[in-house]
Amino acid sequence: MSAFAEYAVGEPVVDDKAPAGPIAERWDTRRFQAKLVNPANRRKHTVIVVGTGLAGGAAGATLAEQGYHVVQFCYQDSPRRAHSIAAQGGINAAKNYRNDGDSVHRLFYDTVKGGDFRARESNVHRLAQISVEIIDQCVAQGVPFAREYGGLLDTRSFGGVQVSRTFYARGQTGQQLLLGAYQALSRQIAAGNVEMHPRTEMLDLIVVDGRARGIVARDLITGKIETYFADAVVLASGGYGNVFYLSTNAMNSNATAVWRAHRRGAYFANPCFTQIHPTCIPRTGDHQSKLTLMSESLRNDGRIWVPKAKGDTRPANEIPEDERDYYLERIYPSFGNLVPRDIASRAAKNVCDEGRGVGPGGQGVYLDFADAIKRMGKKKVEAKYGNLFDMYARITDEDPYKTPMRIYPAVHYTMGGLWVDYDLQTTVPGLFAIGEANFSDHGANRLGASALMQGLADGYFVLPSTINDYLARNPHKDEVSAEHPVVREVMSETEDRLARLLAVDGDRTPDSFHRELGEVMWEFCGMARSETGLRKALERIPQIRDEFWRRIKVPGTGEEFNQSLEKANRVVDYLELAELMCLDALHRAESCGGHFREESQTPDGEAERRDEEFSYAAAWEFTATGAAPVLHKEDLVFDYVHPTQRSYA
Amino acid sequence: MKLTLRVWRQQNADAPGAMSTYEVDGISKDMSFLEMLDTLNEELIVKGDDPVAFDHDCREGICGACSLVINGDAHGPERTTTCQLHMRSFKDGDTIDIEPWRAAAFPVVKDLVVDRTAFDRIIQSGGYISAPTGSAPDAHATPVPKPDADFAFEHAECIGCGACVAACPNGSAMLFTSAKVNHLNVLPQGAPERESRVLDMVGQMDHEGFGGCTLTGECATACPKGIPLFSITHMNKEWLRANRKDKRTAS
Repeated sequence: MSAFAEYAVGEPVVDDKAPAGPIAERWDTRRFQAKLVNPANRRKHTVIVVGTGLAGGAAGATLAEQGYHVVQFCYQDSPRRAHSIAAQGGINAAKNYRNDGDSVHRLFYDTVKGGDFRARESNVHRLAQISVEIIDQCVAQGVPFAREYGGLLDTRSFGGVQVSRTFYARGQTGQQLLLGAYQALSRQIAAGNVEMHPRTEMLDLIVVDGRARGIVARDLITGKIETYFADAVVLASGGYGNVFYLSTNAMNSNATAVWRAHRRGAYFANPCFTQIHPTCIPRTGDHQSKLTLMSESLRNDGRIWVPKAKGDTRPANEIPEDERDYYLERIYPSFGNLVPRDIASRAAKNVCDEGRGVGPGGQGVYLDFADAIKRMGKKKVEAKYGNLFDMYARITDEDPYKTPMRIYPAVHYTMGGLWVDYDLQTTVPGLFAIGEANFSDHGANRLGASALMQGLADGYFVLPSTINDYLARNPHKDEVSAEHPVVREVMSETEDRLARLLAVDGDRTPDSFHRELGEVMWEFCGMARSETGLRKALERIPQIRDEFWRRIKVPGTGEEFNQSLEKANRVVDYLELAELMCLDALHRAESCGGHFREESQTPDGEAERRDEEFSYAAAWEFTATGAAPVLHKEDLVFDYVHPTQRSYA
Repeated sequence: MKLTLRVWRQQNADAPGAMSTYEVDGISKDMSFLEMLDTLNEELIVKGDDPVAFDHDCREGICGACSLVINGDAHGPERTTTCQLHMRSFKDGDTIDIEPWRAAAFPVVKDLVVDRTAFDRIIQSGGYISAPTGSAPDAHATPVPKPDADFAFEHAECIGCGACVAACPNGSAMLFTSAKVNHLNVLPQGAPERESRVLDMVGQMDHEGFGGCTLTGECATACPKGIPLFSITHMNKEWLRANRKDKRTAS
């Protein structure tokens, strides 16, 4: 029995920033109530932004446009390479250009329902309102969205909705939106308003007198560890899906910034809410270093099926139509192949568990375009999905125009993250979290094409409004310097941690530990979770952590470009975060969205929520490594969208 | 598969570099090229040797981080990024040369890692549309003819990896620069800064020490995203046009 599971319940945590009143007016009200900083005074304020993805890039550019002095960081060699770049499918907006019944309220409703009633209504409504401005902003920046022959913007449908509200740029929407933000940021760098530090990784947060005042960061080229100070710190460092080792995240995406902030007092909310994306390319062997997503947009035209019979090893094209089970169309006739991601993933797992999976090891299902090619012709399919088909062919050496794609679910996104209020401020005053790094808008499951929407909403519009209020109310008269005792302490802790990693001189690589942890997490905290499994994981993780500190091997020194040291330091934080994820999954004895507890399902195997007990966001407070955290609950109140069992049948 | 790798090793920007030879065994044809290098590095770490440093991140062919010259070709034998190259493109017993991008404007950081910040500075000099947040009209206020939108997209696909520079015998950055100029200059939203954009970006490119263009076309052959060679001639026209206009305004 792990002592970690003996957590205490503390005071509830409350969002006191969202104004009361009709939901459609709350954002306007908040913006009016928020104090402003005089434009002439803004340049005296420094804001640190960590990360340059959609949220961070947009925030850095916008804060600089407003006149703030921005100091920004990314671990990549260029801000243009943040992992938002890999998002494929699209971005939602309630423009209703199609006149198909869409509205801000419908996008709000779809998102709350899609998140299985575990998100905060005020935040989600604001997201839906802002969605329309994002498209305008991106078009003005020159983002080359897909257009129709009349010159107007094209849209498509995504999972969990029945309108066509997803704007896209072929299969590279994330790339194009990110380059838009990167270019806006570049303009501010050239103007001297943003001081950009590429190849620099945040290693800790500096909190002085209860307020976030700076960060400790390491120059990845020279290895030099330095301190940076500011009036506020914004974390836009992305999600923590790489805890699982294999995920669709970039290889170097990591949880260090958010985890270190958590250790310094920021509550971590709903860490167990992870999204397993249904359409990824299956793994080919133990050498696999990461997984590649095939955009959800493929489910617009592709049909998902497995053989009806168990152990049917015939090639796909030799299986006659009446021996195929188009299981999503069968179980969910009204949404068909476009059910939300959590449902599609679980259904794929179920048919594979029944022994009807296809491909090596039976870990795959077919995504078949034969009907689409018959209906629209190969040319049209190519125009819509060409780059995705090419990517698939390159990785698998199979031609998806001729044989159906094989797909399997993979870790893709994390809905959990640092707890933030309506202003996107964490429980550490002056520390903000935006984009995937926070927990705010997607509840227990994110709908497709909503991550790009949220990242840009937070970065372009929400944070630049709300941070004013904090800066106006907290003028920092006191200078913090590297000599401050708190700063010295944080600095020496960081130096000690890296020195210790280098000193162990064991016999196992950072990757070998990461892979071992990932296997535990995938098995016990993946698509289906149970009390027994989670308790096993909670026993296993501290053992791996102990072994890590006895056997880790990091060659080289800290005063040079050292990728093994970078990796080892990230694994240190995964080994702690993983434990919290399992505890959160264990304590939430209900199923909701991406969190499926085997003990809590309806007779037909759907997720069964238990609203009386669990209609809250779980915000965890750090105590010490390996020691039980404290749970603070934020009660979720639904005034506009009343919780029901989600039905996509 | 069993392979012999000859890899460029260089401790830092100032140290001299040299090719070192390594043997790797048990390589599967389904591995990506970078997974093959992971295998080598895992062995090196356990032995206490310094693993080979290389840039990589998304491993999906879109972030533009990976950047290896393989057997003399930027990104290797297939027209794709290094991360999307698979070992099925090689045979058992092959000897593979692996080097960093070679260009005066891309100094080596360590081993196979180079400094490509010159590209960022080219973008900073004008590779954007000035549209501060909140200033945008409705997205449908200005329709964009589909051919123009497609042309913009085709050039916007550039991932900034630098293969064009590495492949060019002159180390020129014309394909990279022209891709961004053409993406933005064809759009109505990019029109107000059309002239200054091309003049400033080309100026910055020259300033960074990239070589001149002699239209050898190696860049477009190496480009994993298929940015076409005519992109350069198109930019040249933009540049001439901007120069003429610039002179008119000046006189």
